[in-house]
Amino acid sequence: MSLSDTTAPDAVLTIENGSVAIGGRPVLRHINLSVRVGDFLALMGANGSGKSTLVRAMTGLRPLAGGHITMFGSELSSFHAWHRVGFVPQRSTAASGVPTSVWETVASGRLTRRRLLHPLLPKDRRAIREALEVVGLEDRARDGISTLSGGQQQRVLIARALAGEPELFFLDEPTAGVDLPNQQALATALSTLKERGATVVLVAHELGPLAPLVDRAVVMRDGRIAYDGSPLADHEVHGPLFDDGHTHHHHVEVATRDHTPHVASPLDIERNEESR
Amino acid sequence: MDILTLDFMIRAMIAAVFTGLAAPVVGTYLVQRRLSLMGDGIGHVAVTGVALGLLTGTSPTWTAIAVAILGAIIIEVIREQGHANGDVALALLFYGGIAGGVLITSVAGQSAARLQEYLFGSITTISVPDVWITMALAALVILIGVGLSPQLFAVAQDQEFAQVAGLNIRFYNVLVAVLAAVSVTVAMRTVGLLLVSALMIVPVATAQQLTRSFRATLVASMLLGVTASFGGLLFAALVADVPPGPTIVLLALACFLLTWPLGALLRRRHRQKVPFAEIDPLAHDEIEEHPHEHGENCGHPAVPHGDHVDYLHDGHRHAPHGIHYDEH
Repeated sequence: MSLSDTTAPDAVLTIENGSVAIGGRPVLRHINLSVRVGDFLALMGANGSGKSTLVRAMTGLRPLAGGHITMFGSELSSFHAWHRVGFVPQRSTAASGVPTSVWETVASGRLTRRRLLHPLLPKDRRAIREALEVVGLEDRARDGISTLSGGQQQRVLIARALAGEPELFFLDEPTAGVDLPNQQALATALSTLKERGATVVLVAHELGPLAPLVDRAVVMRDGRIAYDGSPLADHEVHGPLFDDGHTHHHHVEVATRDHTPHVASPLDIERNEESR
Repeated sequence: MDILTLDFMIRAMIAAVFTGLAAPVVGTYLVQRRLSLMGDGIGHVAVTGVALGLLTGTSPTWTAIAVAILGAIIIEVIREQGHANGDVALALLFYGGIAGGVLITSVAGQSAARLQEYLFGSITTISVPDVWITMALAALVILIGVGLSPQLFAVAQDQEFAQVAGLNIRFYNVLVAVLAAVSVTVAMRTVGLLLVSALMIVPVATAQQLTRSFRATLVASMLLGVTASFGGLLFAALVADVPPGPTIVLLALACFLLTWPLGALLRRRHRQKVPFAEIDPLAHDEIEEHPHEHGENCGHPAVPHGDHVDYLHDGHRHAPHGIHYDEH
């Protein structure tokens, strides 16, 4: 990947030659990725391919063993403007040991913008209410979160990230274990975000109803980026091109296809030139 | 009633009120993190602290606080480093604390009765300086626990989310551990180190039978805590000649036993009232004859279903349709 690609001027997040090691074993290697303003990026790949680890590295939850991450123009280790980032972690449930209302969970997402020991201001309450409206759960605000279905809880977690009014969203498998109607509700919420100009990085096995929103796919394989370009259909991600089980049949092809310049590159150059 | 105007009793009542309010504040965060037994772990460690105080002739309260805070931070560090999970870390401290305490007390040659004061509480022997210390520390715990509740809530609810929100996770984790250690030593004179965790956890367990939000749980558990500690003290002093510490804990447990079935009933009724999904019935399934007319007072719960209500009748859903009922 060329250097100009990773240092795109409109990049909100850039990883240069990033690597992540867990317990001394290199897991992610040679990660070069640039997320640009307004991208709706789907991070795809098989179980254990490193897509969740990559998101954890991008959000600072996992330290890099090598390379650099630049977030909104500053090195991740010295990045403090966390109110610009919204994170939806991978969760099977949003419940904890003490009863919690939907509203309280969403309100905790507002912390990035609240000052210490200050009460909730009217603008905070407005943001919380709007976040609940975007995911269509405003009528469940006072309910205990444990009374909601898994899909609804996932929408609450998205509302929590929304409440901080961030520009860049990370969603780790928001559709895992969620039924189709709830996936559609989720897609509606995310399309609202996209219309507002938010940048979204989404980890997903299968896109389902989210597919029309995605305008860039990054496929991970064995800890490396195997594909970065225009969206792929769900079956293509695990197709012969990226399926280890078939590589012995198409060994030469795989080697060459891996290095095919991705579709995004020419567009990037144009875009870069426009902004110059 | 004259006993209530005695100096030692007034001191005991003040200590009971402050302890009862402060302990459940920290307890709420511990329950939220599913670390209910952390108070016990710290309590056991504090035994060593008390023994050190008795050995060196300094105030056991201060040595207990110092050792309890140290123990709490060690638990947190072990947990964070991931060498052992939370409950193993607690277990290690449990054993070390109680063994150290008993050993040091025997070295110091103190009578067992002196240590027992701290193990099972002796609220009626509390001194004037101890009352001041109790009040100050309890107020500190309440101020921090309530004042920083948005941050502490977020960290306990979802640590990874809180970290990406820019919160200093380690600071808040250690803060909760230190608050727990301070509460343990505050409650040590009231209910004793062996029962200390009960005053932190039982009111929370009671409150959450009836509450649906975190804030309501926090407030209700504080009220329940003060009811139990003050009520237990009065009961022990006025009604029966029994030690106040265990009385307070048993009263708190009695409150739990009373609210448990009530909470289960309320949750069941609440769940029953949730409207049915607006899905059309599979077929027009008419009921032949119905023994009575469903209505407000027929005894069968009415649950909204789209534009009508379904009556729950022996595991069936009866929907009024003209002059007969349909199975929905």
